[in-house]
Amino acid sequence: MQINVTINGTGETRDVESRRLLVDFIRTDLGMTGTHIGCDTTSCGACTVLLDGKPVKSCTVLAVQADGHEVTTVEGLGQNGELHPIQGAFKEHHGLQCGFCTPGMMLVGASLLENNPSPTDEEVRWAISGNLCRCTGYMNIVAAIQAAGGDGS
Amino acid sequence: MYPSAFEYSAPGTLDEALSALGEAGDEGRVLAGGQSLIPMMKLGLAAPGCLIDINGLSELSYIRESNGDLAIGALARHADVAASDLVGRTNGTLAAAAPWISDPLVRNRGTVCGSVAHCDPEGDWNSVMLAVGASVVARSAAKRRKNRERVIPIADFVAGPFTNSLNPGEMVAEVRVPKYRGAAGGAYLKLERKIGDYATVGVAAHLALDAAGNVAEAGLALTSVHQHNLKVTEAEALMAGQTPSPELFAEAAEAAARSCDPESDIRGPADFKRAVVAEYTRRGFAAALKQARGEG
Repeated sequence: MQINVTINGTGETRDVESRRLLVDFIRTDLGMTGTHIGCDTTSCGACTVLLDGKPVKSCTVLAVQADGHEVTTVEGLGQNGELHPIQGAFKEHHGLQCGFCTPGMMLVGASLLENNPSPTDEEVRWAISGNLCRCTGYMNIVAAIQAAGGDGS
Repeated sequence: MYPSAFEYSAPGTLDEALSALGEAGDEGRVLAGGQSLIPMMKLGLAAPGCLIDINGLSELSYIRESNGDLAIGALARHADVAASDLVGRTNGTLAAAAPWISDPLVRNRGTVCGSVAHCDPEGDWNSVMLAVGASVVARSAAKRRKNRERVIPIADFVAGPFTNSLNPGEMVAEVRVPKYRGAAGGAYLKLERKIGDYATVGVAAHLALDAAGNVAEAGLALTSVHQHNLKVTEAEALMAGQTPSPELFAEAAEAAARSCDPESDIRGPADFKRAVVAEYTRRGFAAALKQARGEG
């Protein structure tokens, strides 16, 4: 069926099979590979995107369910060649090692900061508890999200 | 992993959705949050021929008081329940369980009614609903008006592992939770290896007191320690009318440990789980009592 999805502010119209997963629609049909596929079983959060502003696991949403909705991927964080504050903070605070979980971590972090600009350690850890970092780099991920919420330093 | 092909529709009204569900017969499944259904379809454990997506029916996303009950609509997400002041004020068991459903991303998408309908014996919500004496409102597009809505007590709704008592063409439109009469409290204690894992053990406790401070109503149900969510009627019965005390809660805990039938698996040996059931039952009722007395 034909769907129209607003990805990072741009409307995209495509014909998709009803069983197409949102993550494959993004990666394969739209060629945006910043959204990763990790476990493919709703566990790891590597495929996290924002659906109407809320983080969800795109391996567990059908592309047809995004019809008429807004999706934000990691490619939508930076604007006009400038890093988003959360991207700058991940760079500054070594919030990534291998980088596989990073898009999901940054999107969850950005979503948290929208509602809570100064989260405690506990609040950040709770927010990212559906996203796994196999490098176990959580200390710096938490520090980066908190820094992005403060003065951006 | 990919689901088998299916027909998809996203009706604009509940009536349209019910008609589509009725026409689809055995092949039809309602798609709400999809956080259990889509993984099961990807794993080949479910292959419905027809999905009816109700995510467009925002009128079903309510959490409200209705004739003295707490009513949760088919599209209310776990995160909505966790954030609900009304739930926090009126039902300690639900409020305690909501933040421990899966993980934050799944809670943004998954629904309470979907989870109740799914009847996963390791699912948390049906233990909560068994403890608080909830009912399921099933709707359909039946020809006769009086057959279009059935209110099913949760104990009758849960027919077995992954099996509910809906008829073809019916969907869970709402879960109704009786509002506590007088002083009451509740808790849900969940032992899990990590966020997002199923419970190793889950215990839902509910306690309502009469004017004299004795137990007017006790509810107790267990997750992941039986082939389905287990309502511990023996414990509920022995507590009724009694004065709440640590000794009474210990008796209930013994009954709970006796009633359950855990398996030894990767989450722990059976005797360990049984011990956790007993301890969490004691703690759950102690927390419920504090809440009922306005102490915490």
